[in-house]
Amino acid sequence: MNELTPYLSALLGGIYIGLAVVWLMWANGRIAGISGILGGLLRLDKEEFAWRVAFILGLLGSPWLYSRVTGEQIFIYEATPVGTAVIAGVLVGIGTQIGSGCTSGHGVCGISRLSVRSVVATLTFIIAGAITVYFARHIFGVST
Amino acid sequence: MSTSYTMQVLSAAGAGLLFGQGLIISRMIDPIKVMDFLDFTGNWDASLAFVMLGAIIVTSVGYRILFKSERPLFADLFRLPVSKDIDFKLLSGAVLFGVGWGLAGLCPGPALVNFSLGISSVLLFVISMVMGINGYRLIQSLSTQSKSPSDTQ
Repeated sequence: MNELTPYLSALLGGIYIGLAVVWLMWANGRIAGISGILGGLLRLDKEEFAWRVAFILGLLGSPWLYSRVTGEQIFIYEATPVGTAVIAGVLVGIGTQIGSGCTSGHGVCGISRLSVRSVVATLTFIIAGAITVYFARHIFGVST
Repeated sequence: MSTSYTMQVLSAAGAGLLFGQGLIISRMIDPIKVMDFLDFTGNWDASLAFVMLGAIIVTSVGYRILFKSERPLFADLFRLPVSKDIDFKLLSGAVLFGVGWGLAGLCPGPALVNFSLGISSVLLFVISMVMGINGYRLIQSLSTQSKSPSDTQ
């Protein structure tokens, strides 16, 4: 471990994500936007439902695969009081549907297609997130 | 059940697993690290910008190559969002999402990857997120029966 390690693992992780995004388009012709895939579940159309559930099960099962391959347990700290987590979850759920995408759909797929709409959305949610962290951490001191 | 249907399901499962490995390796799944990335005025951790950079480089090149073929391997067509509107809906949605992202340090992908780790705030986040998504979709489908919601990214 040295000071470059977080940057290299971030880049490597990003490359994995890019490969998954490209694969889903190449194989299925679909945008790998997590909020879009989740949102489309509600349509309950058989053709639509199965691949969406499969993708989500893949995400849910990925810590298991990671631990199988590396022998490492994944550990993260609890970062948010439960009340805040509920509010945040609802905002993320509603916001991604109104704004038609999240970090993956706009931030990766959309920007890669040079969609101006996605560039604007991504800058907007990063700025909104930064302002939120600023208030939560430095003004109110409620966040870790 | 057709072969391509089965292959679509298997491909999607593989894509989800691979996507998840990327989120884990990059530590994008760590809510505190995400907040550190968003904390421009504090002890800013820029490393997560490289997740997007890596993903965008691979996707830009990969999309460019694969869009030369006429159709996907296991489906009839490439389905791409058609909307180009930069409107109040896009911006207000992005703001709401950004506030939620900043509050919990979680966006949809990492939240789902973290779901199996059994952390109570993550479990509640995911349940609330799914309720938020379904609630909005339900209201939308009740109010505008005719409009197709297919332009979601």
